[in-house]
Amino acid sequence: MSEKILTVALMDPPYESANSTTALRIISAALKKGVHVNVFAYEGAVYLPLKDQAPHANPVKGTSVEEEEHPTTKAFVASLFEIGGPLLVWVNCGLCVDERGAGNAVEGVRRGSPADFLKMAEGSTNTLVIPTK
Amino acid sequence: MTNYMFIESRDPFESRDARFVEETATALRRRGHNVTVFLVQNGVLASRDNGRDSYLARLAKAGVTLLADDFSLSERGIQLTDMRQDIRPSSIETLVDALVEENTKAIWH
Repeated sequence: MSEKILTVALMDPPYESANSTTALRIISAALKKGVHVNVFAYEGAVYLPLKDQAPHANPVKGTSVEEEEHPTTKAFVASLFEIGGPLLVWVNCGLCVDERGAGNAVEGVRRGSPADFLKMAEGSTNTLVIPTK
Repeated sequence: MTNYMFIESRDPFESRDARFVEETATALRRRGHNVTVFLVQNGVLASRDNGRDSYLARLAKAGVTLLADDFSLSERGIQLTDMRQDIRPSSIETLVDALVEENTKAIWH
């Protein structure tokens, strides 16, 4: 297989675990190297690209929304599409989305099922599954 | 021969199940496979040279390659001079290169 394809399965919801940050770093680095990346977001990970996320101020530090520059995972995911373009395929588990009402995702995110994950894994150079602890 | 890449995200002083990585990585190495443990997140806390009873010494002795994510090290204030000699600082880009090598299996822990 000359074309490099990496599939990553994510399960952690945003703002819960450093796993999400590391996963996004891996995906970003791979895209910058020209590697095709398939992401299958399962369970709480379907919230990662949720468009309804809003940055917030920090009342403890007394900073405004603008000063805080709170990073949202939806912005990270959107930037991955900017970096990778057609190299990135992001599939949210449809049942997980419906359960959570998380259908309003950033541009580029598709709806799918675990069957898509199987196809992704079968066609990939490697598959990295990042489970919740 | 297969390349095995263990990505260890857990602090061994908090999670006794880090032993899973030690036992599995060592067993695979004994069977002649190339084995790397890439420490990330709180997994890098084991890389401090003054830590007692680090399982990393046993892994290094078994011939397992030990790498530590530079971003995670920096976040936790671990300098190169603080680290065990048998661990090399590495990067997420190096991890990606390894992940897309043929005949490589990745295990996140």
